[in-house]
Formats: sequence, C-alpha cells, structure tokens
Amino acid sequence: MTTEHSKAKIAGYLARFFPGHDLREDEDIFSLGFVNSMFAMQLVTFVEHDFGITVENEDLELDNFRSINAIARLVEGKRAATAAG
Amino acid sequence: MKPHLSPEQEEARASFRAFVDEEIASRADEWHRQERTPPEIVRRLAERGYLGWTLPTGFGGGGRHMLTLGLLAGEVGRGCSSLRSLITVHSMVGHAIARWGSRAQQAAWLPLLASGAKIAAFALSEPGVGSDAQSVETRARLDGDGYVLDGQKKWITYGQVADVFLVFAQCEGAPCAFLVERNRPGVTIEPITGLIGIKASETAAIRFTDCRIPADALVGRRGLGVSHVAAAALDSGRYTVAWGCVGVLEACLEACVAYTSERMQFGVPLKQHQLVRRMITDMATELSAARLLCLEAGRLRDAKDPAAIAATSMAKYFASTAAARAASNAVQIHGANGCSSEYPVQRYLGDAKVTEIIEGSSQIQQITIAEYAYQEYRGIPRNAR
Ligand SMILES: Cc1cc2nc3c(=O)[nH]c(=O)nc-3n(C[C@H](O)[C@H](O)[C@H](O)COP(=O)(O)OP(=O)(O)OC[C@H]3O[C@@H](n4cnc5c(N)ncnc54)[C@H](O)[C@@H]3O)c2cc1C
Repeated sequence: MTTEHSKAKIAGYLARFFPGHDLREDEDIFSLGFVNSMFAMQLVTFVEHDFGITVENEDLELDNFRSINAIARLVEGKRAATAAG
Repeated sequence: MKPHLSPEQEEARASFRAFVDEEIASRADEWHRQERTPPEIVRRLAERGYLGWTLPTGFGGGGRHMLTLGLLAGEVGRGCSSLRSLITVHSMVGHAIARWGSRAQQAAWLPLLASGAKIAAFALSEPGVGSDAQSVETRARLDGDGYVLDGQKKWITYGQVADVFLVFAQCEGAPCAFLVERNRPGVTIEPITGLIGIKASETAAIRFTDCRIPADALVGRRGLGVSHVAAAALDSGRYTVAWGCVGVLEACLEACVAYTSERMQFGVPLKQHQLVRRMITDMATELSAARLLCLEAGRLRDAKDPAAIAATSMAKYFASTAAARAASNAVQIHGANGCSSEYPVQRYLGDAKVTEIIEGSSQIQQITIAEYAYQEYRGIPRNAR
C-alpha cells in the first residue's frame, strides 16, 4: 500500500467522525473538538486492524494521531520497523 | 435455540457448564446471604485457568479467544453473578495491563494475575464521581521519583480481598492510571455491605492517604489514563457483564419453566395460563437476542475489528436491560415464593439491576450508541444503501 493509499483509507475512516467537514491531510483533528468517548479506542483499533500493526504504549503520543499525515507516518514507521527486524 | 458454536467452543461451553452446575449454582444463594465469596471457589477458578483465560501465553495466560471468555462469563453468570463479577474486574485489569502496560509491568503482573496468585480490582468510581469518569477527584502528586496518592474510591467490586488495584487519579490535571498494591502504607479498605445485588462480591471503599507509589506504577501515558487505559478496561468489562446477563436470562428462563410446570392454580399448572406463557415468550426471545449480540461482539473482538467497541456496548445495553426485565418477570411468575429467599429469582433481580448501572449505565450506553449510529449512518442517501 502506498502512502497515498494509506492516507485515503485514514481519511475515509475519519470522515465519519467529522460529518460535513472536509478534513485536510495536515489538519489537527483534536482541534476540531471532542468527538466521543469511544473515539480514542476506535482510532487505535482501526489503525491496528486495517494496517496490521500493533500500537504500543510508546506510540501513544497524541502527536501520532493528530492528523491524517501523522497517522500515515506512524503506520509507515511501524511497518518499516517490522520489516527491518 | 442452541448458539452456533464450533466443536471446540461447544466443548469449552460444556465444561464450563458442568463446572458451574457442580461447584457454583447450588451454593450461590448461601454466598449471597453471607455476602461473601469463599476463597476456595476463587482457587478453583484459578486452578482451571479461568482467571487468565485470554491473557498472552508468554505471560502464563491461556491465550484463549474472547468468544470462549464470553461463554465462560455466561455460564458463571448463570450460576452466580458475584463470581462472574470477579472474572469481570480481574480480567479488566489484566486486559488493561496487556494492552497499555509497559513491558516491565506486563512481566511483573501478568503471570501473577493469570495464575490467580494475585487478584486485581478496578478502582475508578468515587463518592462524588461515577458516570463522568474524566472528573475523578483522587489526586496523584509527583514526589521525587514517584507519586503520592490522596483520595477515595467507592463501590470497588472485590475491593475487600484484591491484592492490587488499578486506580485512576488526576496528576497535574491529567487523568492517569496506577497499579497500587493493597499493602502499601496509606491504603485503607472498608467493606460495603447491604447492596441490592452481586452481594457476595466483597465490595469496598478505599481511601488513599499520603500513599506513596513508585514511578513505574503508572500504566500508559500521563493524560491517557481514562481515554485509553480505563476505556480498554471498561470495554472488556462490558463484554463479560453482557455475557453474564445472558447467563442471568438463562437462569430466569430455566427457573420459570420448571416452576410453571409444577405450580398449580385454577386447577392447571401455571404454564397453561396464556399471560404466564407470554412472559416465558419474552424471556426466551430476549435470551436468544442477547446471546446473538454477545456472540457477534465476541467474534468482532477476536477479529480485532474496530466495530467491536460499539457491538460490545450494544450487547451490554441490550443484555442488561433484558436481564432486568426477565428477572422482574421471573419474580412475578414465582409470586410470593419469588419474593422469598427460598428461590433464587429474587437474587437474579438484584443482580440484573446492578448490571444496568455498572460499566456505563444504560443512559450512558444510550448516549454512546446514538453517537455511533450518527457516525455510521450519517449522510448516506437512501438509494445508495
Ligand atoms: C454493585 C456495584 C459494583 C460496582 N463496582 C465498581 C467497581 O468495581 N469499580 C468501580 O470503579 N466502580 C464500581 N461501581 C460503580 C459504578 O461504576 C457506578 O455506579 C456507575 O459508573 C454509575 O455512577 P454513579 O453510581 O455515580 O451514578 P451517576 O453517575 O451519579 O448517575 C446517576 C444516574 O444518572 C444517570 N446519568 C448520569 N449522567 C447522565 C447523562 N449524561 N445523561 C443521562 N443520564 C445520566 C445515570 O445513568 C444514572 O441513572 C459499582 C457499582 C455498583 C452498584
């Protein structure tokens, strides 16, 4: 999956949380206001499930989940780490 | 009406069922009256691996599927909701550590929890804070290379006997989760008795006074204690509570089928009266529906699907409200006998009521599930579905 694919998938998933808002790839999703109590967990589970990675305690920086670009970077970083060893 | 299970799942269910029938069901009323869980039965759960069922095998757990954990909670819940609560709170903490604990915390705690050598409890609620979990008032102050806890927790299931608590506190305005051993200086535990349900679950209030804990007691990041650590634990808790309610529904139905077949009024067994049969119909239908929602939640959890979170909320919401309806009707069907302690149905009523309040009350589930509905069905035109 290319970065563009990943970003499109992430954007597709996030769209449901921000109805009527055209989310930019670098837009801070946390600045858009509180979503709901399930959001944090759903987002982690989505990233793990759809990209086949494991989000660990160390990855739980809000900065890693702040935008479409940030999540795509996290996914690529995790994949590169897995591939390397 | 049998659930569609694989042969291995069916075998697991049969062995849970036999264990519950032999060692739990006939003694649950006595534990309920004494408001106590005998340590021997906790040891029996531990011996059979039931306290570490889904924990990773690398840490001494059973590495089993969420689906069979559900079957276990359902069978134990059929016999005794208090004991099901033990599985619930203990596995909530185990799950939170497996999910968000550091490697060192996992290595230190998971083998102890998996074997049942240590019992864990979940300490979120406070005298002034329940549904609004982000607002916990217990404080954690940074002090040298550790923290100092001050505050109180209330309604902590198995708090009287647990060896370790997953405690939620604010540290400089950031919600945090900590693992706190019961024998730390500054921890005081007071039993709570006289509850309406899960009466044998050795509930306690806990006070922390200048309680010093090391830096490595923090689970997950500072600030993510509620949104991630408590959320993971509560999601796991909702799952086993939902299954426990399936067990209560089944126990109600079994009790009512037996009673209405024997008890005579107006010259015929109660089961000949259509208004009684209607209550049996609702019980049987809602038992089936609740079980299917729980099975679906279990399958999604095993697939690590993000939809599992909402599916679990729905299963918990439906199963707990259905169990409360069924238990209320079970008492109705048993008449005065149902109001007495000679029959277990009055125990089911109190136990089922509690499940509508814990792990997010029915109102909190209604709020969350509606949010999910708006999230999933937003703006999709009718003809495109
Ligand atoms: C037997 C038992 C065992 C328990 N075990 C534990 C345990 O092990 N660990 C632990 O941490 N806690 C435990 N609890 C506490 C439980 O989690 C809380 O009772 C629960 O979170 C509800 O909080 P509350 O009781 O403070 O009610 P409140 O939050 O004060 O709510 C009271 C009522 O108002 C409703 N309400 C609240 N907010 C809203 C809203 N926004 N919209 C609409 N309605 C609302 C609620 O649904 C409820 O009906 C236990 C409770 C019981 C009864």
